Amino acid sequence: MKILLHHPPREAALKGPKKVLQVLRELEILPDTVLVIRGEELIAEDEIVDDSDTIEVRPVISGG
Amino acid sequence: MRCRKCSAKAIIRLPRHNTAFCTPCFSEYVTDQVQRAIKGDRMFGHTEGVAVAVSGGKDSLVLWEILSRLGYRTLGLHIDLGIGEYSQISQRKVEAFAQARNLPFVVHSLRETHGAGITEIAEGVHRPPCSACGVIKRYNMNAIASQHGMPVLATGHNLDDEASRLLGNVLHWQDDYLDKQSPVLPNSHPKLVRKVKPLYRLAEREIAAWAVLQKIDYIVDECPNSVGSKMFVYKDALNRLENAAPGTKHQFYFQFLDRQKARAQVSPLEPNLRECASCGQPSTAEICSYCKLVGTLQREAEPALKVLT
Repeated sequence: MKILLHHPPREAALKGPKKVLQVLRELEILPDTVLVIRGEELIAEDEIVDDSDTIEVRPVISGG
Repeated sequence: MRCRKCSAKAIIRLPRHNTAFCTPCFSEYVTDQVQRAIKGDRMFGHTEGVAVAVSGGKDSLVLWEILSRLGYRTLGLHIDLGIGEYSQISQRKVEAFAQARNLPFVVHSLRETHGAGITEIAEGVHRPPCSACGVIKRYNMNAIASQHGMPVLATGHNLDDEASRLLGNVLHWQDDYLDKQSPVLPNSHPKLVRKVKPLYRLAEREIAAWAVLQKIDYIVDECPNSVGSKMFVYKDALNRLENAAPGTKHQFYFQFLDRQKARAQVSPLEPNLRECASCGQPSTAEICSYCKLVGTLQREAEPALKVLT
């Protein structure tokens, strides 16, 4: 799967299929600090991400 | 994962409430939390105009969307900080959002007012950018809201913002700031508008999720000047605690508010405000922070800025 990350913008790749939560664990990202978006849809942490998927891991933390 | 309310497929889990929601139930939850804040804390009524501070980020655009959907009369206030491409994109997001919904807004440009963006202003007055930005935003938001006859100024501060700010204030025992950290700051002077934070019951992630579900196009990039900000350090610390013990942020902030209310009943805060000798706006000192900053800028930086331009 292709993973689009922010701050700075970059790409990562992981082998699928995997649950969203597992993807975040492997990327060492706390689930509460990001949203995972496939296409334009928000996907829950128990969704399966396949090898052919592209997902965006969008941070939700702002400077305040 | 199933929605705890209707058993449909859930799209988001909220560990701090030990629950999960589908899209319609989550949307209802978000709107309910905002209404609960507005009504429970007596922030404003439907007859009052509400100025909404809009940066183009998720929180302010979500706030504006919810308030307008709830039927409040709103006016968007955007400050163009003059930070290159970041400010241009931010303003375009605000304009596109407002135009698509036919909502009124005003833009205050720092370059038009001072001939410089916030980065140069901060350098000119020898202050960290976030500190100079805070002074300029607070002053102008109040003044512009007041000029447009809006008695209330709403900002998009969320639970994470408030909990991290509380952590920073407690770590440094900033008693003055602790006293003023509240979802509602009454207008303690005729020239001050009431300042409210209707999103304080919602976590940052909940607001971002709602923005994505409602297809609100916001700026995801962070302000370039916020790199290295202490606020990120405090948020990171709280997120680690939250991950280990869900509900920590909520308890930390809401228990503070309970204690603050109890303290205020014993000894109500009476801010000692007068009018700034330079601009006439309310101030605790003879010259307000904004006029001091502008004075320093004129004395030290403007000659140099004019040479540059």
